[in-house]
Amino acid sequence: MNLLLVVLLLPAAGFLIALALPRSSPAASRYWALAVSLVAFASSLALLAWFDRGAAGDQFTVDWPWIASPEIRFHIATDGISFWLMLLSTFLTPICVLISWNHIQSRVKEFYAFLLLLEFGLAGVFLAQDLFLFYLFWEVSLVPMYFLIGIWGHERRIYAAVKFFLYTMAGSVLMLAAIIYLYIRSGTFSYAGILDQLASGRLLFTPDEQMLLFLAFFAAFAIKVPLFPLHTWLPDAHVEAPSAGSVMLASVMLKMGTFGILHYALPLFPSAARRCAPWIAVLAIIGIIYGALVAMVQPNLKKLVAYSSVSHLGFVVLGIFSFTQLGMDGAVYQMLNHGISTGALFALVGLMYERRHSLAIADYGGVATAAPWLSTAFLITTLASIGLPLLNNFVGEFLVLQGAALANFTWAVWAALGVILSACYMLWMYQRVFYGELKEEVKRHLPDLNLREWAVVVPLIAMMVWMGVYSKSFLDPVGKTTARVLEQTQVNVPYRVDLPMPARAEVVRAR
Amino acid sequence: MPASPMFNPADLIRFLPEIVLTVIGTLIMVLDPLLDRRDSKLYGSLSLAALAAAIGAAIYAYSVPGPAFGGMLVIDGFATFFRVVVFGVGILTILPSFSFLKRQQAETSEFHALLLFSIAGQSIMAAANDLIIIFIGLEISSIASYILAGYLRDDRRANEAALKYFLLGSFATGFFLYGVALIYGETGSINLSVVRAIIAGPDAPLPVMVGLAAALMFVGLAFKVSASPFQVWAPDVYQGAPTPVTAFLSAGPKAAAFAIFLRIFMTAFAPIGHAWAPLVWASALLSMTIGNFAALLQSNVKRMLAYSSIAHAGYVMVALAAGSQIGTAAAMFYLAAYALMNLGAFAVVSYLSGKGEQYQNVEDFAGLAQKQPLTAAMLAIFLLSLIGVPLTGGFFGKFYIFKAALESHLVWLTVLGLLNSAVAAYYYLRLLVMAYFRDPGEAAANAEPLTPALSAALILPAIGTLFLGIFPGWVLDFAGRSSSLVR
Repeated sequence: MNLLLVVLLLPAAGFLIALALPRSSPAASRYWALAVSLVAFASSLALLAWFDRGAAGDQFTVDWPWIASPEIRFHIATDGISFWLMLLSTFLTPICVLISWNHIQSRVKEFYAFLLLLEFGLAGVFLAQDLFLFYLFWEVSLVPMYFLIGIWGHERRIYAAVKFFLYTMAGSVLMLAAIIYLYIRSGTFSYAGILDQLASGRLLFTPDEQMLLFLAFFAAFAIKVPLFPLHTWLPDAHVEAPSAGSVMLASVMLKMGTFGILHYALPLFPSAARRCAPWIAVLAIIGIIYGALVAMVQPNLKKLVAYSSVSHLGFVVLGIFSFTQLGMDGAVYQMLNHGISTGALFALVGLMYERRHSLAIADYGGVATAAPWLSTAFLITTLASIGLPLLNNFVGEFLVLQGAALANFTWAVWAALGVILSACYMLWMYQRVFYGELKEEVKRHLPDLNLREWAVVVPLIAMMVWMGVYSKSFLDPVGKTTARVLEQTQVNVPYRVDLPMPARAEVVRAR
Repeated sequence: MPASPMFNPADLIRFLPEIVLTVIGTLIMVLDPLLDRRDSKLYGSLSLAALAAAIGAAIYAYSVPGPAFGGMLVIDGFATFFRVVVFGVGILTILPSFSFLKRQQAETSEFHALLLFSIAGQSIMAAANDLIIIFIGLEISSIASYILAGYLRDDRRANEAALKYFLLGSFATGFFLYGVALIYGETGSINLSVVRAIIAGPDAPLPVMVGLAAALMFVGLAFKVSASPFQVWAPDVYQGAPTPVTAFLSAGPKAAAFAIFLRIFMTAFAPIGHAWAPLVWASALLSMTIGNFAALLQSNVKRMLAYSSIAHAGYVMVALAAGSQIGTAAAMFYLAAYALMNLGAFAVVSYLSGKGEQYQNVEDFAGLAQKQPLTAAMLAIFLLSLIGVPLTGGFFGKFYIFKAALESHLVWLTVLGLLNSAVAAYYYLRLLVMAYFRDPGEAAANAEPLTPALSAALILPAIGTLFLGIFPGWVLDFAGRSSSLVR
């Protein structure tokens, strides 16, 4: 029995059984979801023991026939990027179960069932090795999130849920067209098979063809990331979603987009990706700065964190499109970092909302006095989020900026502005919420962390420190895989863009 | 055509499903005055048994494939597929009708007899290989469904629907018949294979005349499948007709009409494919666009589903525009999946509609999930399938259709069609929003508990939809093997 299969299918089985649990006993649903998500997490941790950190290729492959004609296979595997993302989703699901423990009081059974279905969909997106299977998981993960936002969200939840669904749907239908087109040209849905054909030159696209296909894929991914002009669904969805929904959305779902770019769009259409890189990098930088500026003026805690996500994800895209090893490593690392630190921010904001029933920054103040441990946890997360050295985001942002600087120094300068701005809006928010005069309302409503909440906070903070102090544990396999991606993007590039170092030196001397 | 006057016993086996349906349909009409019973339990169960037997007979008939009655009918995989689909549509129409008819105090035998006759007509259409038989099947099916549309005779909207359907439908059949007459005049034959051979042969008739005939038939058939620009009747008729009849109209006659559409255009008119392909292309795009955009504006669920059914006809037209065997197979798969999901959705509508069909608005679905979690979950499956979310039959249907279209290089049609399906998501989501995200309203609160027949009417299509979404291979394989219509 392949353990990867267990990790993927356990949540699906858990979902089906959760549907059969009695509605009258919400506790049963809660404990069931916790048990399933913990076992899934434990299995994915166990996979770590067998995970070959030195290999760039696919591991733990399961390849079963599913549909005969057109041939679609149930083909899953993992590599140095998808492994961490899968681990991120299995890690965060039990945390989401815990933060929803008291928060969700209506239709508890359905809530946890959808949460497990979401875990299944998200893990599937990262593990699928068949383009069709990938699209399938991509769409399936949409459904539980739609219900999570729509049923258990805040006031404008319906608007947000529908907007979220339609945005993603509109992007992904074009990707479906591109996937079918790829199938017709290559005769297979197998991702490895298509890459083989591309590498060997048996499958060749004209530049225009490649550009259209790239844009079709990229549109779907860019909406999910979200890249600057396509981001408008995100603040709505994040603000209106229940805490668990926000956490999963920010931490894992947005990574579907960046993962898709890195894993599919670049290796499949390298020339088009390179041709678009300057434009996309500029959009990413606009996103970084725009997201930060808009975050600064938000009166709403969740909205602030949501816009900070737009900014952070801009770094990821910039790193990818720097087409440098450093930038891509940083981008992948930043995906994980953002998952941990923004997930933690949303979880903590959720805990505060549960107490105070408000997301308005103005309704808080002096929380540090009322709930010192909660404030400490929030402070560490804030510092991680703004990229303090020794905490996780620093490593990722540093690598991305370095990579961007290698590609185009101006990009790095502008992007670095985002780092400074993030310190401004996060610290200012922290000051307004946690310091200052302790209001009577706040004092009455804000007890400190309880045991269950400690169980949420401690693993997240531990990860922030670990990823900040010893990034080598994570970056080694990432580097192997990004190196492979980088190599794949050299396919059908007629000449190398970067000249070897000595040649450049000679040019200088010749002058 | 050397038609043998003596028919052999195998012909009777090949015609067995129609025999079963007409015999039991007549039996129901005879039993009514004899027993003097006004309850649909007996007649409905009898009809269900007839349809189940007809499915069995259709499968049995496929064990002796080949032409029957001197080539007037042909029993092949294609015919068998559509026979099973229309019989299945019949079963899924009758199951929710028990409680509906009881609620409207309209339990009679005619409903069931007419339904069986209409289905028998569709079964003939599925197997017809001859323009006159096609026309006869079309008429049997249509006339019975005109009456069914006005079945609630005290309801003014139902009367309007029936009259509209009858008048416009007769015009459409008239157009079709003109086309048949022209073809007979030009080629001297009504057998599809012979017509094809003559059109493709050396002494082909004037292309203009053949094209005109094809265009006339296209008008008639496009009307029957409610494809644009002949779709205008559909919203009024679907809204006015009793809900189980609407469900039936949106699936049964449509599937059968597409069967003859495919049969005629992929055999007889295949040689002039270049001439009609642009027509179908335009009709497909128009149907999808008009259907989806008009559905966005509807507040009446039946009317919304009517426009959605126009849009879905557009998707099948895309498969037709592909003009390939893969396209035919995709259309077959899609029609089966569409029948399941649409009948399921209509079963929910008819369940919720209440006495006098007072609850038909999108708002009336409010809070269904809290009052009736099972019904709401089934509705969610049907709507997600209509949207085209993976793991449902609707998704694979769309996937196969657009794959076929791309293989025929219809890139623009594919892109516009897929974008259309994203637009469509909005109005289906509105129903889901109501059912799941709102607090219960009057309709959900007043809904009576599910009867066994209603549960079956919800659960069977849901299982079917999921089955087609998870194991599409079986049905698609069969469709693929049966999609070669030229012989």
